[in-house]
Amino acid sequence: MRIKLTVNGEEREAEAADHESLLTVLRESLGLPGSKNACEQGECGSCSVLMDGDLVCACLVLGAAAAGRSVETVESFSDGETLHPVQRAFVDAGAVQCGFCTPGLVVATYALLKRNPEPSDKEVREALSGNICRCTGYGKILEAVERASAAMYRR
Amino acid sequence: MSVHIARNLDDALEDLSGRADATILAGGTDLLVEINFGRQRPSHIIPIDRVEELKDLSRNGHVRMGALITYTRMLENDVGSPALVEAARTIGSPQIRNVATIGGNLGTCSPAGDTLPVLAALEATVVLKSKRGERRVAFADFMTGPKKSVRRPDEVIVAAEWDDAGVAQTYMFAATRNAMAISISGLALVIDRARRRVGVGLGSCGPTIIRASEAERFATGLLDEAGWEKPHRPSDAAAKKFGELAAAAAKPIDDVRGTVAYRRHVLAVMGTRALARVAAIP
Repeated sequence: MRIKLTVNGEEREAEAADHESLLTVLRESLGLPGSKNACEQGECGSCSVLMDGDLVCACLVLGAAAAGRSVETVESFSDGETLHPVQRAFVDAGAVQCGFCTPGLVVATYALLKRNPEPSDKEVREALSGNICRCTGYGKILEAVERASAAMYRR
Repeated sequence: MSVHIARNLDDALEDLSGRADATILAGGTDLLVEINFGRQRPSHIIPIDRVEELKDLSRNGHVRMGALITYTRMLENDVGSPALVEAARTIGSPQIRNVATIGGNLGTCSPAGDTLPVLAALEATVVLKSKRGERRVAFADFMTGPKKSVRRPDEVIVAAEWDDAGVAQTYMFAATRNAMAISISGLALVIDRARRRVGVGLGSCGPTIIRASEAERFATGLLDEAGWEKPHRPSDAAAKKFGELAAAAAKPIDDVRGTVAYRRHVLAVMGTRALARVAAIP
């Protein structure tokens, strides 16, 4: 099934095969592999994207049902070679080890800081509770969120 | 596979009435897992997530919650039930709560659905609609087994309704972590001071959500004696007795999430704490 949707600000047309998720459409049909495919059940958060501004797991959105939606993926974050402050913060804090969970965490962190520029530690933990990292541990990730908040809102 | 994105409720009902094989898609957090793992291959899907009529929330002594109210909206708005807000907060993660809905929880009708013990304790009504008309079913009669309900194939769940029961209520659950966990057991307690009624709903401990009627009668007796209008501190023995009665109503099984013994134990502990906490709320 052919669908039209907005991806990273651009009108796109994509093939959404039967029963395929938005994640598969993004990765396979639109050539955007930044959103990662791991659990396919909404547990790990590595496929986190913004759909009409809301943080969602792309693996839990039916591709064919995403017609007409506006989706922002991690690919929209950097400006050429210049990293987004959230991405920069993850690098500077050393919050990346294997990197598989990082795109999802970057999108989730962005969604949090957009809504709540100076979240408390508890709010950060709750906001990132749907994103699982299996190697570096969460200490550096929490530090990255703090750095991103400071960089974006110039405290 | 065919997909018909419903523009409004009539459009959804029209499409649904002609197709026995149709599957309704709301937030997708249950259905997409089934599809991704190949357990379901629906031949016709009707996404209803753009049906604005199902996104209304009204509260005026009586709460009517449209089926597409998401858990995030429950946390952001005054939805007329503190216990439902607590249940919404336990569900999934921000990603899940942004799309998953009360109607979806009812539609899936899992014994582990976290809003369902609350709806049971509130004596909520489920509103269903088809081309043939609207019908209202008490939640107690809605769920008939694990993932089974009286919803007919041509019906859409349009809302859940209940009488505003005040603020003396809670939902507690036990699970392995606070996020993204399926509850091992859950307990909702509502003390409706104005109507002099106690509701206790138990989740994840039987084929359906269970009302703990003995525990309800016991707590009603306590409040008859102490007075419904004011906060009450039940004795330790009374709170414990309430917890035991709640646990005795459960019909749990051993499964990957917990054993019969652990589920009963946890229900007794939660029941004891819930009564002490809720009876003290004015």
